[in-house]
Amino acid sequence: MLYRTAGQFKTSYVADQALFTVKQDAFLLGIILLLGWVVFPLTASEFTFQTLLIPILIYALAAMGLNILTGFAGQLSLGTGAFMGVGAYACYKMVTLFPWMNPIIAILLSGVFSAGIGVAFGVPSLRIKGFYLAIATLAAQFFLVWLFEKWSWLYNYNASGAIQVPNLEMFGVFVSGPQAASVTEYYIVLFVVTLLTLLCINLTRGNLGRTWKATRDMDIAAELIGINLMKSKLTAFAVSSYVVGVAGALYVFMWKGAAEPNVFDIPLSFQVLFIAIIGGLGSIMGNYLGAILIVGLPVVLNVVAGTQVFQMSALGAAVLVALVAAVAFLGWVARNGWTIGAVAGFAVLTLIYGYAQTQGFRIDSALIEHINVMIIGALIIFFLIIEPHGLNQLWRLIREKLIIWPFPH
Amino acid sequence: MKDTEGYVTADGRQIGGTLMEMRNITLRFGGVVAIQDISFDIREGEVRAIIGPNGAGKSSMLNVISGFYTPSEGEVWYKGSKRPPMKPFEVARQGVARTFQNIALFEGMTVLDNVMTGRLTHMNAGITSQALWWGKARDEEMENREKVERVIDFLEIQNIRKTPVGRLPYGLKKRVELARALAAEPSLLLLDEPMAGMNVEEKEDMSRFILDVNDEFGTTICLIEHDMGVVMDLSDRVVVMDYGKKIGDGTPDEVRNNQDVIDAYLGVPH
Repeated sequence: MLYRTAGQFKTSYVADQALFTVKQDAFLLGIILLLGWVVFPLTASEFTFQTLLIPILIYALAAMGLNILTGFAGQLSLGTGAFMGVGAYACYKMVTLFPWMNPIIAILLSGVFSAGIGVAFGVPSLRIKGFYLAIATLAAQFFLVWLFEKWSWLYNYNASGAIQVPNLEMFGVFVSGPQAASVTEYYIVLFVVTLLTLLCINLTRGNLGRTWKATRDMDIAAELIGINLMKSKLTAFAVSSYVVGVAGALYVFMWKGAAEPNVFDIPLSFQVLFIAIIGGLGSIMGNYLGAILIVGLPVVLNVVAGTQVFQMSALGAAVLVALVAAVAFLGWVARNGWTIGAVAGFAVLTLIYGYAQTQGFRIDSALIEHINVMIIGALIIFFLIIEPHGLNQLWRLIREKLIIWPFPH
Repeated sequence: MKDTEGYVTADGRQIGGTLMEMRNITLRFGGVVAIQDISFDIREGEVRAIIGPNGAGKSSMLNVISGFYTPSEGEVWYKGSKRPPMKPFEVARQGVARTFQNIALFEGMTVLDNVMTGRLTHMNAGITSQALWWGKARDEEMENREKVERVIDFLEIQNIRKTPVGRLPYGLKKRVELARALAAEPSLLLLDEPMAGMNVEEKEDMSRFILDVNDEFGTTICLIEHDMGVVMDLSDRVVVMDYGKKIGDGTPDEVRNNQDVIDAYLGVPH
């Protein structure tokens, strides 16, 4: 009964192409916006801000940028980390050269620089595709990080070689740097991310979005129906790098506070790529879901492992998981589905681990770190095999089912 | 120079002057000669067919017309002027739309979006307007949506407009592809084997759509097809190719009785 589309008629094309053609979607988003803008800031602790809320938003934004390039325009890129770096360094140079500059303006402008660099490194995409293009963007990754290290003008000749975020003020309130309150930083991140998300949604559903998707799906046909491939690919690189660059500026100015060049090295690119893949290539919302999973999972695992309840309930959980595994195994026999096979395998592992727990086996943070890596790796494989379109597609299927529920068709 | 005098078809339609003219087109790939010194014209409002046995160079010819290949020798004249060498997308922007032998739809997009891509050449709102979904971009979107809906109605694919193309059966995909080409409101519509792989019923539907397009929008059509029955029924004039050479050109009746054409299709003892 959650989704009933009956009675929601559209009588104009404007209504049919509105952002939310179903009332319930708008309602759901309203709740999420309320949570994000009012409830979380009022209730969240310093820890929640710094480990969950701010990084999730920033990573989601970076993944969205990458998604425009890889998911919508079909151009594989491994240089996301470096483009984030360009945004961060550009922002740093701007606020140190022009201290009077409004920080939000500086952050939004810093994307322009990364867009320019992105277009320059996007030029090879006109000749090469797929993996070869990925290698070309990898060159950008290595070159730019090298540049951040060697070109000392970029970090104002600091002895440490790192960029240090200064205290920045806006209307008498510290918005960035060591003095800034987390809630202020959160609001700025939220504002920028909300704004860019809206712009990206509009771009991807309009003419430019169709141009990108056509380029992705079949470039020869796209060219023969009148799409200038060069323009299509380069605009994708520009918009994508802009968003990624802004995410990079936020990453340093609103979250990390300081950054050395190696922060922007290839692990960051991969992390963003994983978020985009797990969230769903070719979607906007998926980036948020992916970021929640990739950023949130380690934190949740750490917190959960530290609690007494966890230590005591390990056996209980193991039994529960074993039950699920049994049901899943039956289902697997019936359907031979990959999903259930994966769940079963995971359950068996958990069972073994739960048993070890009861035997006085203590969990330490290094182990949690490893489990984290294992789970994330397993999830990526899981999604690549079962649902190439990621979490977003799962939500879409659930939504489709909800609309027709309780009927099968 | 544009030839203005037309002719009247067997069923009484007035055909206009020359829309496109191929003059002594030769196309070589290394040592292979795909097309050898072929000339023919396409007149406004007619249905022009290119036929020939496998490997005759028909698709290559279509690719020359749509700008995908640049001819090694010869000239393409379009709307009364010589066409300089240009990219395929520029040719498309001059009003040449086409469908493909192997369906070339954008699988990840819905039918509506696919057909909307056909309108790309008519839309030019700036990126800012698009990002804000306000002003020109939105108006343009709605205007073109209306035109696209007309095409969708015309081809009777209303019920699948929000379906992703990947889920559609073959026959419908072909129709969506035709819709995408039509949405561009082309002066010249190129159809590369529109009936390939269809059953009789689907062929009949498709034939009717092609004739309707020609009739209602006055679109000039140039098609390649293997089904002789269909070709002879649909087209006003036929070019016959064999081994890259033109061996016949004329009305279906003329072509049918041409000894070279019969030889090419049936084979002759050497």
